[in-house]
Amino acid sequence: MKKTLLILTVAGFLLAGPACPASRAASWSGVDETVIEKFAEKAGRTAREPFINTDQGDLLLFVFLVAGIVGGFIGGYNFRVLFPPKRRREEEKISEGKLTIA
Amino acid sequence: MIMHRRKKSARIRRVAAVIATAGILTALPAPAFAMHISEGILPAPWALFWYAVALPFVAWGLRDLRRRSEELLWFKPFVSLVGAAVFLISCMPIPVPTAGTCSHPAGTGLAAILIGPGLTVVVASIALTLQALFLAHGGLTTLGANIVSMGVAGAYVGYGAYLVARHLGLPWAVAAFLAGLLSDWATYAMTSLELAAALHGDGSFSAMLSLILLAFVPTQLPLGILEGFICAGALKFVRSRKPELIRATAAGGAA
Repeated sequence: MKKTLLILTVAGFLLAGPACPASRAASWSGVDETVIEKFAEKAGRTAREPFINTDQGDLLLFVFLVAGIVGGFIGGYNFRVLFPPKRRREEEKISEGKLTIA
Repeated sequence: MIMHRRKKSARIRRVAAVIATAGILTALPAPAFAMHISEGILPAPWALFWYAVALPFVAWGLRDLRRRSEELLWFKPFVSLVGAAVFLISCMPIPVPTAGTCSHPAGTGLAAILIGPGLTVVVASIALTLQALFLAHGGLTTLGANIVSMGVAGAYVGYGAYLVARHLGLPWAVAAFLAGLLSDWATYAMTSLELAAALHGDGSFSAMLSLILLAFVPTQLPLGILEGFICAGALKFVRSRKPELIRATAAGGAA
């Protein structure tokens, strides 16, 4: 219960962050812009366009969505292989003779 | 006894659901921001140098994958699962209210505990290559540097922190927290070193390194703590549901 509360507190802190008044003026840029590119520009280096530039309009959102679906599918499929549901585990144990039905 | 086990597994499911929901919610509202070193930032000699540093680690990891896949049938699905997790975690921009910016955890500390640092470099390389090619996230010329910071530094520091903490007798949850925390900080410390080495010009290397490190602090300090909790929570889940996965893999007896 304590752990669930802790996780909820951390998640709530992160989710409420953008809505709090102190954060409204923030740009929410990535540290690539706020740190890396800032120092690079001072040193006379600027970021170039990627070789395959998907950062155009909503194209990047689409690519991120596809990446999320593919990554989620691979993760989910292998998760089911490695962590089978309880009923399947019990069936496997019965077939292996490790568990008997009363 | 059975009731106790049911209650425990229900609690684990609830914690996993909360983590997954929090992950999805934090990922949803923000547009994609890249946090790796972008294309064209590093001069060519430095880009080549970091490729040369990264390659032996990738080769070592691939050799490790072949050897261990022959020994354990379920090892490849496990590496795929961890790889997918590293890819998704390192794509996920998280708003940091204390800094007003976004950054992402790396997931390499957790991966190093589960599959070992060598293989973590391999999965991080695959994730970074896909991100550089299709997600405008990082770059191909800076891929070597990004592999060294996220893959090599993150994995080996996280793994080392876990082993040292366990040898000192700390509980596994504390050790996992430290692995997540230090792997995150090591990633950005290494990024700072790469940038300072390439960009300090006629100025002082150490002064530039300090400035870049300080600039990362407001964002990465809280994010590292979050990564520590993610690492400890995920390891708790694996230990509860299938401890044999950990016993047979990277951290072995230390986990």
